[in-house]
Amino acid sequence: MSECILPQLTSPKVVEDRSLLPRDWTLSFTEPSLPGFQLAVLELIRRTSSRLPQDVIDALVRGRDAEAPGSRAFNTLNDMVKNILLADGHVTPLCQDTGTVIFYVKHPTGLSQLTLKKQIRQAVVQGTERVWLRPNCVESLSGKNTGTNLDPFGEGHPVIHFEEWDRPELEVGLMLKGGGCENVGAQYRLPDVHLGAGRDLSGVRKCIIDAVMKAQGQGCSPGILGVAIGGDRVTGYEHSKALLMRTLGAPHPKSNLTQLESDLTRDLNTLGIGPMGYGGKTTVLGLFIDELYRHPASFFVSVSYMCWSSRRRILTLDATGRPHFN
Amino acid sequence: MLHRLTTPLSEATVRQLVVGDEVLLSGRMVLSRDVGHKYMKEEKPEWLKPLLKDMVIYHCGPVVQQQSDGTWTFIAAGPTTSIREEPYQADVIRHYQVRGVIGKGGMGAETSRGLQATGAVYLHATGGAGTLLAECVERVVDVHKLKEFGSPEAFWIIDVKDFPVVVTMDSHGASLHEQVAQSSAQVAERLMKS
Repeated sequence: MSECILPQLTSPKVVEDRSLLPRDWTLSFTEPSLPGFQLAVLELIRRTSSRLPQDVIDALVRGRDAEAPGSRAFNTLNDMVKNILLADGHVTPLCQDTGTVIFYVKHPTGLSQLTLKKQIRQAVVQGTERVWLRPNCVESLSGKNTGTNLDPFGEGHPVIHFEEWDRPELEVGLMLKGGGCENVGAQYRLPDVHLGAGRDLSGVRKCIIDAVMKAQGQGCSPGILGVAIGGDRVTGYEHSKALLMRTLGAPHPKSNLTQLESDLTRDLNTLGIGPMGYGGKTTVLGLFIDELYRHPASFFVSVSYMCWSSRRRILTLDATGRPHFN
Repeated sequence: MLHRLTTPLSEATVRQLVVGDEVLLSGRMVLSRDVGHKYMKEEKPEWLKPLLKDMVIYHCGPVVQQQSDGTWTFIAAGPTTSIREEPYQADVIRHYQVRGVIGKGGMGAETSRGLQATGAVYLHATGGAGTLLAECVERVVDVHKLKEFGSPEAFWIIDVKDFPVVVTMDSHGASLHEQVAQSSAQVAERLMKS
């Protein structure tokens, strides 16, 4: 079970050849119905579900190569790498839990959110039919599955965050976040007497360690953490999750937090929880932290945990309507 | 130690397994997760008895595709988090004489007591390895409660070959999850003081 796999995803050319979009398709921003946008979103779903970002693969390979060959941790990380290559090659979901489907849409002034929403929802139905998404939307109390990934009231699923910005391009980010890792997210209110955590950086650090300890392997470690300090209960969680769209290894936009992120990552990797909680040197692949303003009386620390299969992609439709996938 | 085992499993075979053993499992298994476990504990359906005796339950909600001839194919089929079945698992193991449970993340003390009493093991599969594990599925034999429970929650009956798992809870009371939780707690305590 320990044949060492070197990661080599299919080439960008193969990905382009498989694309659902006609080769020279562009989005016409001036046509109100935005023809073709739905297909572009479906292509985004295809890529996100089956192709893991390179920075995540690199981090998993570094973790694997730090373990003793043949050890359980090594074999497990190697199986993860094998799975990544298979899913990409077959264009099948990396994980059967294709997660909560979360879109981050940033659009120029003048585009209709209703039109964007309608087409995104249709793309999600098609992505489910083409088995890039598992039907993951059930009525809460009865457990009845809608089968389409649509919440019929249009509120719950897929999740779509809209933001109007002063730029000409349309950006659609997609995150597929599995239920196992979502369940181990946590929110703390400082001071926390039980943890002995005060309203300072040391207190924040204790919350993060506690969240990773409680998660053990259940969020499919090695995980990636998004941590928001401050905000209210909603914005804290919301921001902590949005942070998971960042690229591993890229410096923090606020340079004073880059060192904190790498120090915390190093410390968490001494816990020995390891891949899938089997024990090992890689418990987290990385950590993204950010500070929000808060009400004077409230001090929340919100932690979102992303599994190792961190499926995120961004589609940018530039000012001329040309699609670019990251 | 690596074992190659084929279901159905005898109690004697399962009792030999200890935490840390790797197993390549072949033969039939039954998929069930949240809705199925509640149903098994509360309604104790008779029809499942012959399907589960000496068999293995897999905590998994697969991505499936139906072919034009009506048969099903598993596209992605990794394990789901097992601890959600903790309130049900020991009863299910005892009632149906199940010999193994496959999932991820490990289970608690009640399940461990059930494993010891009946003679069963908890087997850990690599979470997130959906495509890799689907490759081990040779055939989808049948499915029960598909319409009622929906595809992630249905009782899928499958035949697998060389499905890779690790024994993380054995029939003698040992749990790798318990060991890792304890050792990591000591490190966490030091980290919190520094």
